[in-house]
Amino acid sequence: MVAIDADTHIDTAPRNFLNCETGLWSWLTTHDHKRIGILYAIGITFFFFLGGAAATLIRLHLVTPNGAVLDAETYNKAFTFHGVVMVWFFLIPSIPATLGNFLLPLMIGARDVAFPKLNLASWYLYIIGGLFTICALLMGGVDTGWTFYTPFSTMFSNSNVFLVIVGVFVTGFSTIFTGLNFIVTIHNLRMPGMKWFKLPLFVWAMYAVSIVMVLATPVLAMTLALIGLERGLGVGVFDPALGGDPLLFQHLFWFYSHPAVYIMILPAMGVVSEIIPCFAKRDIFGYRFMVYALVAIAVIGFLVWGHHMFVAGMSVYAGLVFSILSFLVAVPSAIKVFNWTATLHKGAITFEAPMLYALGFVGLFMLGGLTGLMLAAPALDVPLHDTYFVIAHFHYVMVGGSVMAYLGGIHYWWPKITGKLYNEALAKFSAILMFCGFNLTFFPQYVLGYEGMPRRYAHYAPQFQVLNVLSSAGASILALSYLLPLAYLGWSLFRGAAAGNNPWDARGLEWQTTSPPPTENFFKPPVVQDAYAYDQPAP
Amino acid sequence: MNASVNEIESLRDRGLLEKQFDDPVQQREAATLGMWVFLSTEILFFGVLFASYTICRILYPHGFAYASRETDFLLGTIETGVLLTSSSLIALGVRAIKLDQRALAAWLLAGTAALGVTFLVMHGFEYHKEWTEHLIPGLNFARGGPYARAIELFFCLYYFITGFHSLHVLAGVCVIGGLAIRVARGAFGPERFTTLELAALYWHLVDIVWIFVYPLIYLVGRAG
Repeated sequence: MVAIDADTHIDTAPRNFLNCETGLWSWLTTHDHKRIGILYAIGITFFFFLGGAAATLIRLHLVTPNGAVLDAETYNKAFTFHGVVMVWFFLIPSIPATLGNFLLPLMIGARDVAFPKLNLASWYLYIIGGLFTICALLMGGVDTGWTFYTPFSTMFSNSNVFLVIVGVFVTGFSTIFTGLNFIVTIHNLRMPGMKWFKLPLFVWAMYAVSIVMVLATPVLAMTLALIGLERGLGVGVFDPALGGDPLLFQHLFWFYSHPAVYIMILPAMGVVSEIIPCFAKRDIFGYRFMVYALVAIAVIGFLVWGHHMFVAGMSVYAGLVFSILSFLVAVPSAIKVFNWTATLHKGAITFEAPMLYALGFVGLFMLGGLTGLMLAAPALDVPLHDTYFVIAHFHYVMVGGSVMAYLGGIHYWWPKITGKLYNEALAKFSAILMFCGFNLTFFPQYVLGYEGMPRRYAHYAPQFQVLNVLSSAGASILALSYLLPLAYLGWSLFRGAAAGNNPWDARGLEWQTTSPPPTENFFKPPVVQDAYAYDQPAP
Repeated sequence: MNASVNEIESLRDRGLLEKQFDDPVQQREAATLGMWVFLSTEILFFGVLFASYTICRILYPHGFAYASRETDFLLGTIETGVLLTSSSLIALGVRAIKLDQRALAAWLLAGTAALGVTFLVMHGFEYHKEWTEHLIPGLNFARGGPYARAIELFFCLYYFITGFHSLHVLAGVCVIGGLAIRVARGAFGPERFTTLELAALYWHLVDIVWIFVYPLIYLVGRAG
C-alpha cells in the first residue's frame, strides 16, 4: 500500500526541478543550479567515504604501538590520501558547492546563478580533478602528506606526486569558478527589495567564502604548477639544490592553505546562523556584527599563514606579527559564538536534528578555536608543533565544525531539496552519536599531542596506546554515525512523507517556494522580509 | 532597466538575454563584474611568479643583475611597444563598435590580434637566441662561473613568467582574432558590445602584466 501511495504521489506531484526532465543525460547537461548542487552532493559524498576509508585504515593501524595493519610507507600514503581527498574533494566544495549552489539563488530570489554553464563546467573540473587523484591512488598512491612540502615532493618522493598535483590543480579551477559565480550572483541577481543587509547570513557567508576562494586558490594553482615543473624538468625555485628556497614554497602553500581553512569554516558558520534562529524562533542576535565578523574573518584570514611556520626558521619579529594577527581572528570568531548563544537566550528552543547538529557545531568549533589560540602563541606552538595536538585542533574545526554544520544543513534543507521528510528519531540519534563519537575520537588526541606524540608516524611509544585505542574506538562510532544518515536519508527519498513547503516554519525566501522547487525556482515572486523575521508571520 | 516586457521577450527569443537575467543591463553588469573577478585571479596567478622572483633576487642580487644583462634589451623594448600599441587598438575598436563603425572595428581588432602574433614571434626569436647561447635551464643550460646558479634561477623564472604571459597572449590572439571575424560579419553593434569590452579588459590585463615584466626582466641590472 505504501508503495502505491508513493507512486501516486509522484504522479500528482507538481512540476519541480527533479521531475521536469529525467534520464542521466538531462542531469549531465543540466544548467540548473539545484541539479548541479545535487551532482556535487553525489560527488562529495563519494569522496567523503573514500577519504573516510583511508581514515579508518589509519585509526585501525594505530591501535597498536607498532602498527596493526600497514607498513610505514603505506601508512604515509594512507594519511596523504586521507588529507588530499578530505581537503580538496570534500571540505572545500562541501557546503558552498552543494548547499550553496542549491540555496544561494533561492535565498536571493533569483532564477539561477549568473553563469549557469560555468557552474556546470565547475562540476566537471571537480570530477576530472577527482579522477586524476583516484588514478594516483590506483597507481600506488602518494606519500608526501597533503602539504607537498619541498624538496621531498620535487626531488625525493617516488610516488605519484605529479598526478595528484594535476588533480588538485584542476579542482582548484572548479573552486575559482564557483567563487566567481557566487560573487557575481550575489552582486547582480538579488531580487528587487533584497538589500545587502536583508541577506541571510548564509548568503553573506557564501560571499565571504567566494572572495577567499577567488583570491587564494590561484596561488595554490601556480605553486603546484611550479612543483610540477620542478619535479618534471628539474627546474625551479623551491629546491635548495637548484639554488631555490623551500621556505618560499611553505609561504606560498600556506598563503593558500590557511585561507582554505576559512573556505571550510565560513560556510559552516553560515549554515549554523540559519539553523539556530529557526529552532530558537528568534531573530539572530546582532545581525550586522555577524556580517562584519564574516567579512573580518575572510580578510584577516589572509594575513595569518605564517603561524604554520613558527618552527620553520622564521624571525622572531615575523613570528610576533603572525601570532598577533592569528589572535585577532579569534575576535570575530568569538563574536559569532557569543551571538549564536545570545540568539538562544530566551528563545523557544526545540531540538530537532538540524538544531542538534548546529549546537554540536558551536561547542566543537569553540573547543577547536580555543586550542587554535594556544597554537597561535609561538611559545606553545614550538613544543606542540607537528604533534597530535595540532591534528586534534584542526579536526575539531574541520570535522567537528564543518562536517557537523554540513550535515546540519543537509538535514535542515533536506525537506526543501527533496520534498521528503526523514526519520526524525534516527536523525537525532545520529547527531548525538556523531557528537559523542567525534569527541571520543579526537579529545584523546589533544592529550596525546600535549604529551608529545608526533603526527605522521606509523609507530608510537607504548605509553600512548590507551589513548590511541580510545581514539580508534571513537572513530568506529563516528563511522557509524556517518553511515546512518546515508541509510535513513536514502530511505526517505523513496518512502519519506511529503514535507510541505515550510516544515520548520522557517523564514527566508527558499521556504516560500514549493518543495522541491520548480526549475525557475518560484511560481510567484517571493516576499522579501528581514532575514530572520521570526517575530512576524511567514508570508 | 527601462526595457519593456515585449522588448525583453523579444531579446529572450533571439537568445540575447539569458533566462537568469531580468534585463540586458543586468546581464551586461554581471558579465563585466565576472570578468573583473577573473582578472583579479590572474593577478594572483602572476603574483606567485613575481613573489618568487623577488625572493630569488634578494637571495642573489649580483647574479640576477648579471643574468639580466643576458636578455635581449632591444627585442624586449620593441615587444613592449608592440603590446602597448595593440592595447590602444582594441580600445579604439571597442569605441568604433559603440559608434557603429563596424568595418573599422573589425580592422582594429584584426590589428590587435596581428600585433599579438608579432609579439609572440619576437619572443620566439628571443627564445631561439637563448637556446643558441645555452641559457635554457633544464634543456641546454651551460654557464659556469660564480653566478651560474643564480643565472639558472633567473632564466628559470624568466621562462615561467614570459612563458605564462605568452600563453595569455596566445589565448588573447585566438579570442580577439575570432571576435574580429564576428565583428566583420556584423555580430556586434552599438547595442551589443559587451563581449568586445570584456576581451579588451582581458587584453589590457595582459598588457599591464607585461608592464611589470619588462622592467623586472630586461631593465633591472642594466644600470649597475
